[in-house]
Amino acid sequence: MSEVQEAIVEKKSEPLFSKKNRKLISDPLNDSNPITVQVLGICSALAITVQVQQAVIMSLSVLFVLIGGNIIISLMRNGIPDRIRIIVQLVIVAALVIIVNEVLKAFLPDISEKLSVFVGLIITNCIIMGRLEAFALANKPGPSFLDAIGNGLGYAWILLAVSIVREIFGSGAISFPGMGQVKFLPEGWFIGNGGFYENNNMMILPPMALVVVGVIIWIQRSRNTKLIESH
Amino acid sequence: MAVNKNSNGYTFLFSIVMVVVVGAALAITSQSLKPLQTKNDADKKRIDILGAIQVKATRENAAQMFEQYVVERVAINYNGDVLNSKTGAIDATDKNDPFNVDIQKEYRADVKKIVKESGKNQEEMAARLSAAPVSFPLFKCNKDGEILYVIPVVGTGLWGPIWGYVALKDDKQTIYGAKFDHKTETPGLGAEIKEYFFQEKFENKTLNTSSETVFSVVKGGAPTNEHSVDGITGGTVTSKGVDEMINRTLKVYIKYFESVNNQRAQR
Repeated sequence: MSEVQEAIVEKKSEPLFSKKNRKLISDPLNDSNPITVQVLGICSALAITVQVQQAVIMSLSVLFVLIGGNIIISLMRNGIPDRIRIIVQLVIVAALVIIVNEVLKAFLPDISEKLSVFVGLIITNCIIMGRLEAFALANKPGPSFLDAIGNGLGYAWILLAVSIVREIFGSGAISFPGMGQVKFLPEGWFIGNGGFYENNNMMILPPMALVVVGVIIWIQRSRNTKLIESH
Repeated sequence: MAVNKNSNGYTFLFSIVMVVVVGAALAITSQSLKPLQTKNDADKKRIDILGAIQVKATRENAAQMFEQYVVERVAINYNGDVLNSKTGAIDATDKNDPFNVDIQKEYRADVKKIVKESGKNQEEMAARLSAAPVSFPLFKCNKDGEILYVIPVVGTGLWGPIWGYVALKDDKQTIYGAKFDHKTETPGLGAEIKEYFFQEKFENKTLNTSSETVFSVVKGGAPTNEHSVDGITGGTVTSKGVDEMINRTLKVYIKYFESVNNQRAQR
């Protein structure tokens, strides 16, 4: 479906990977990052960054729903009545999420189990509604598709960065989907086993995610001076 | 043809068409995937039951391994009387098969409310539970000649449901193994009940069949004895949930085991 649409876009107007369209992917990674700059989707960044594997699965699911939602809304953009557009977006996103969940349950039951609660969180993820409202409603499917990828990746890298920090310091381990949790510190190092090291339990609790996101925003702003508002 | 997109008629028409299309899409997805999902759930249940007797099964061989190890499936009521018992292959459509009893559904429908409302009042809880339409499945397994009993348990943790399987040895008192799972417990804290380091603590502990408290999960760090295990530090509410579900459920089975023993003695 999306390929056909892209082809049409290419013929009619500028090429899909024009300089302007490339910016749709690169901007959300830094200059207009959904989490650190627009401060959207913070809720899920707090909730599911305790382990890297959860963050990866959540990022992939959000990416999928974002792409699907952006393309569908973009195709329908000329037919949606203005007054009920938010409800239309909500219905599309919710339907996509439910279908994803059902398909996972049937074909990848183990992954679906890990995802369980996060599926509901995808529906309420502000990034998705934000992009549908701000971009897909006013743009063709091709650019909307790129915008979805850009924002999905922008969301993903923050989630990954936060979850890596939290898992290393909170659990002394790193987990990847399919591999389980790999504990890399020797058991003898821990205080419980007569050693000197203890995991920082605070890292597992949600507030620390906010602190880590804050540190990322700090670093980003110190390097990217465009983001600093003039007062 | 120019259509006024802001007219009420168009808005209503649009909503109706959208709801019908989306509803149909969801219904088709759900119905066409249902058989696969039911099979996955049943396989997961088999894997969990086998996990409690420490037999590792995969989704591919779950059905075959289950038939190999589980020799009898029994359902009992709250007073410990046998409702029915099955052997051999499982018929997924047979509602009377103890394997098909959905104890999580029964827990949600009746047991949860009763437990919450009766609180510490054991008599009230017993009276109401015995009147409720609840059955208790039991899986009798034969692992390399050793008879083991697997008991499913359901309860409530901090955020949502927790459940598991407790396997007893042939003496019906010593715990052979335990397996727990949860839906939404806090990762790193309550969610640790899923991990082997916690489940391992149950092995070879015994049930205190003469006491009101059959088995207890004590607060993290407190001293334990042969009838209790250490809870999870930082996961107090989840640990309490494990304690509650084990106590409430195992009592029922102790009644059943006693009646079986009495019948044997009379013969």
